[in-house]
Amino acid sequence: MSATTIVFAIGLGFAAGLLAGFFGVGGGILFVPTLVALGLSQIEAEATSLLAILPTVAAGTWRQRHYGNVRWQTALVLGVTSIAGAVVGVQIATALPEDVLRRLFALLLFCVAAQLAWRSRRAAPYPSEP
Amino acid sequence: MALKLVLIGLVAGLFSALFGVGGGIVIVPLLILVAGFESRVATGTSLAGIGITALAGTILYAFEGHVDVAHAALVGLPAAAGAVVSTGIQQRVSGRALTRAFAGVLAALAVWLLVS
Repeated sequence: MSATTIVFAIGLGFAAGLLAGFFGVGGGILFVPTLVALGLSQIEAEATSLLAILPTVAAGTWRQRHYGNVRWQTALVLGVTSIAGAVVGVQIATALPEDVLRRLFALLLFCVAAQLAWRSRRAAPYPSEP
Repeated sequence: MALKLVLIGLVAGLFSALFGVGGGIVIVPLLILVAGFESRVATGTSLAGIGITALAGTILYAFEGHVDVAHAALVGLPAAAGAVVSTGIQQRVSGRALTRAFAGVLAALAVWLLVS
């Protein structure tokens, strides 16, 4: 891996973290394309993205706790129930052909982009005005 | 309310594992719209919930041999620094411009994934 590639990966990783903290997401939406660009297959990129999300959300949660913005009981219910959904999601992802999974991911990006654009057009997006 | 949270969790978990994302895309809007959370509280709570979701997904994918630890560290550790910076900024600013920039970046990435 060249120095340029490493700088590119670190830069996009940092950008993913910025998005994660700002929007309360994991950053996977940037991790996955970055990892694909680094040469991983779509399924490897998705699996590796989930691991990369862990330090990201740990840091974000640590700061948000400091600001008093974490409802732990809600987070626990969401997190624990999500495990059942994740079991199904992994089964589907591993069963799908690589190119179908990649196109589905691209479709997801378009949907999120459209939703964000729409949201910023008609009203203040989250996070709302301070 | 508990049932709503369970449904949000199930959908977020499916999304997370299928696409390799945290599921915050699903959780944050639903916490605001369905559960009536203030936006910053929704994002903070989402991050905590995602921790459990992503841990479960990582373990499940690790059994299939798809997790690359070195690559995860390469992007995940700078991201942790980024998250600390942006949660600080989030407490002070309105996010409209950033939201538009985010939308533009995602659309560009989608095009690239489709044509590459």
